[in-house]
Amino acid sequence: MNLELLVTVGVFAPLLGALIVGLSGRRLGDLLSKSITTGLLFVSCAIAWIVFSQWTWGHLEPFTVHIAPFIQVGDFESNWSIRIDALSAVMLVVVTSVSSLVHLYSWGYMAEDPDKPRFFAYLSLFTFAMLALVTAADFMQLFFGWEGVGLASYLLIGFWYKKATASAAAIKAFVVNRVGDFGFALGIFTVFWMFGTIEFAELFPMIAAREGTGWEFLGHTWSALDLAGVLLFIGAMGKSAQFFLHTWLPDAMEGPTPVSALIHAATMVTAGVYMVCLLSPIYEYAPYASQIIALTGAVTALFAATVGLAQNDIKRVIAYSTCSQLGYMFFAAGVGAYEAAMFHLFTHAFFKALLFLGAGSVIHGMHHEQDMRQMGGLAKLLPITYAVMMIGTIAITGLGIPGIGGFAGFYSKDIVIESAFAAAASNHSPMGLFAFFVGILAAGLTAYYSWRLIFMTFHNKPVWKEEGAHHADDHASHAQLETHSEPLADDHADHGHAHDDHVHHGPLKPHESPWVMLVPLLLLSVGAVAAGFLFEPFFTGHHENEFWRGAIFNGPANHVLHDAHGVPTWVVWSPLVLTLIGTFVAFWLYVLKEGMARRMAERGGLIYRFLYNKWYFDELYDFIFVRGAKAVGDLFWKIGDVKLIDGLGPNGAAWASLKSAARLGKIQSGYVYHYAFVMLLGVAGFLAFAIYAWGA
Amino acid sequence: MLQGIAFYLLAAVAVVGGLMVVTAKNPVHSVLWLILTFFSSAGLFVLLGAEFLAMLLVVVYVGAVAVLFLFVVMMLDVDFVRLREGYARYLPLAAIVAGVLLAEMIMISLVVVNGGAAADATGPAAATTGLTNAEAIGRVLYTDYVYIFQAAGIVLLIAMIGAIVLTLRHKPNIKRQKAHDQVNRDRKTAVEVKGAVSGAGVSAEDLV
Amino acid sequence: MEITLAHYLAVGAILFTIGVFGIFVNRKNVIIILMSIEMILLAVNINFVAFSAYLNDISGQIMAMFVLTVAAAEAAVGLAILVTFFRNRGDIAVDDASVMKG
Repeated sequence: MNLELLVTVGVFAPLLGALIVGLSGRRLGDLLSKSITTGLLFVSCAIAWIVFSQWTWGHLEPFTVHIAPFIQVGDFESNWSIRIDALSAVMLVVVTSVSSLVHLYSWGYMAEDPDKPRFFAYLSLFTFAMLALVTAADFMQLFFGWEGVGLASYLLIGFWYKKATASAAAIKAFVVNRVGDFGFALGIFTVFWMFGTIEFAELFPMIAAREGTGWEFLGHTWSALDLAGVLLFIGAMGKSAQFFLHTWLPDAMEGPTPVSALIHAATMVTAGVYMVCLLSPIYEYAPYASQIIALTGAVTALFAATVGLAQNDIKRVIAYSTCSQLGYMFFAAGVGAYEAAMFHLFTHAFFKALLFLGAGSVIHGMHHEQDMRQMGGLAKLLPITYAVMMIGTIAITGLGIPGIGGFAGFYSKDIVIESAFAAAASNHSPMGLFAFFVGILAAGLTAYYSWRLIFMTFHNKPVWKEEGAHHADDHASHAQLETHSEPLADDHADHGHAHDDHVHHGPLKPHESPWVMLVPLLLLSVGAVAAGFLFEPFFTGHHENEFWRGAIFNGPANHVLHDAHGVPTWVVWSPLVLTLIGTFVAFWLYVLKEGMARRMAERGGLIYRFLYNKWYFDELYDFIFVRGAKAVGDLFWKIGDVKLIDGLGPNGAAWASLKSAARLGKIQSGYVYHYAFVMLLGVAGFLAFAIYAWGA
Repeated sequence: MLQGIAFYLLAAVAVVGGLMVVTAKNPVHSVLWLILTFFSSAGLFVLLGAEFLAMLLVVVYVGAVAVLFLFVVMMLDVDFVRLREGYARYLPLAAIVAGVLLAEMIMISLVVVNGGAAADATGPAAATTGLTNAEAIGRVLYTDYVYIFQAAGIVLLIAMIGAIVLTLRHKPNIKRQKAHDQVNRDRKTAVEVKGAVSGAGVSAEDLV
Repeated sequence: MEITLAHYLAVGAILFTIGVFGIFVNRKNVIIILMSIEMILLAVNINFVAFSAYLNDISGQIMAMFVLTVAAAEAAVGLAILVTFFRNRGDIAVDDASVMKG
């Protein structure tokens, strides 16, 4: 079978599904809509695995399928094409696998929702945009996919659009992304200005020659490649919710859980990492940009982990966990270990999607209750969910024994941390040391909050069985209208009756999810367990060079990945040690001394409030940007528009003409002697002119 | 030299008369001052050698127009004191504008004269030609300017008609003779024979 | 002293000015206004005749004659209007007549 045709079908199948169901979903009906989209996605998934297996175990060479020209203006040329190399093959597998499993899962999760065709159409649309992104052969298509996933994210976060918080969250996501996209666009302009082309195949060989190019601006010479790198990274910061542009990710949890699993765990947010690794030729020659990436990634990893410690909504904990793990990926890329970053991306997709879908299963079973403080004791009632959540948690915390093995997270996280140390040790990247310490600290925090989630949800006493406990409305259709606002920790016990206007359908009975939801969970847990040791040799191990085959470029001085395999033993064991410490602390606080954590939260100490309110970033941005923009808008409106433009323009002209007309109207006094006087004045004037004309 | 004295005298009288026209309290006095001004101007015309015109001025202006003014002033019963109100209010502005106008006109006159108009004038030239002023005017009036002459006649006619139209009032209850009706009266409509019985007399109702 | 054209023109100018002045000062008394107008016309006549005399051109006097004619006609009609005005209003204060006020 012609591989080019195959990949074309694979990329466009989701688009076909989205168009068919999106345009005529209502006529087709729910079952047909779900089947068409899910079926086409599975076709895409199969093709993706075929390509990936051919690449990994076969002997596939990189190729590009040219589909159609897009823009050709002067030097600027862009085409629609599908580029297949190691990076895109990996991403194809990640995207289509998670997407198809999410499609299947949504059959169960969205079963009671009346808008199913729209949902599945949006999911397929998103998948297509993401596939266009990862198979892009030039910046233009990359940007198209970038914007497309942003659009789909907006549509999906605001899927329950009648809910005010969901609409607001969707807009917030789009706007913050837009800030990042602005930097991204500037980065593309810089690249085009420097090299005259935006096609990767043409661009990458040219970079080495222009390494030290400078750019005069404001009296200082900047390195042009660093500038391009930083600008492009700003785009990645927006898309991947890194520090400063992270505020949209927790609010994005307003969307349905399958959306969170697909977009905000496995695929869209990883687009930033993918881009940085794809542009490794640029970053290898832009040392300052790389430092900034490493710094930002490390800070994000730490920041998100600290905030995740204090959250009570089950999805938000996992969202901050995603943010933190993305930080890991970025600092790995920043220190030069792009392969490790991609490996962590690959494994993370599996266990993070697993955690999200598992959380969705819990939420579904608890009739759309998302507050962990209302859960507890669910281990026996939701056994399969409990099992897969345990697997996911072990994977994310990176439990494993060095030298023997472990779950997926163990391999990828450890190589990331080891690369950071190696980069610092070999002086390739001074930021590496900071990244290393942050990495192991964040590993401990990750373990703490991940196990905290498990203990609060599945162990301990069932809070939901108590009298007076308030629980959410059941049925997904009501999710459209109700608002999940999180009360502060110190008042939940007293204001327990605030939501009593809900209809109580009898005592809550948490139940296990249907099989259509459990099968994806099981498949993902296979990935979470095995993806690590199966693929480690290819991504970062012995077969690394044959696997990547030039898709990722390592500069002449970049031996980070190689050195990572030779770091001292204490470095190798340090993540595990911190993970165990974090696990034990969580166990102690939540199982042994049950209730102690709640009392600590209720005391509402300064650190607790700082972490709970996400370091007050939302308040800070509101103060600076929202109010600032409003003030500027008010200024332009009241003074610029009303006073200046209207005053000088239409309103002012109208007022002036009215006033002058009123004054002039008085000349028509009706008195003849006034008229005669004016005639006299006219005569005097003429005479004066005559004197001037004749006398001179 | 005599001419100079005559000129200045007549000019002064004319100017003073003009001023008194506008500033007199009693309008009858104003008319009389106007007559004086006209006479002085006539005198100036004689000095210029236009004696026909001077006589015309006296006969038409003084004899007709000023007398007409006098008739109207005496006929209308107006409160002259009230009519003088506002005099002082407008005086300054009018004086200023008038003064400016006067200055400009004199300047222009000087400019025109010094620019060569009447450069060869030695004075009124009527004496050299041997024609009287009336003859000189007559030579031109009925030949070159005959159309204007006729038009002037029509203007006067129209003015006359206009004045009559404006002011003629028919009093409703005045008996007038309609000569035409009187002359065309017919025996049939004017006279009716009423058969009166001899010796019985006629009563008033029968005659109606 | 030599009496030049300028002298006569000056006399005409002064009479003209007095006439104009008279119009603007006597707002209420229409008769005075009409008399001022006659004075203006007289001033114009003096100008015409003066020019006619000093330029040896008889048309100036012809012109003055026609001005005279028209002045007489105008005085007649003007007074007729005044009489009608007086009959309608009982008063000749014209500054109350502002019906054409804009």
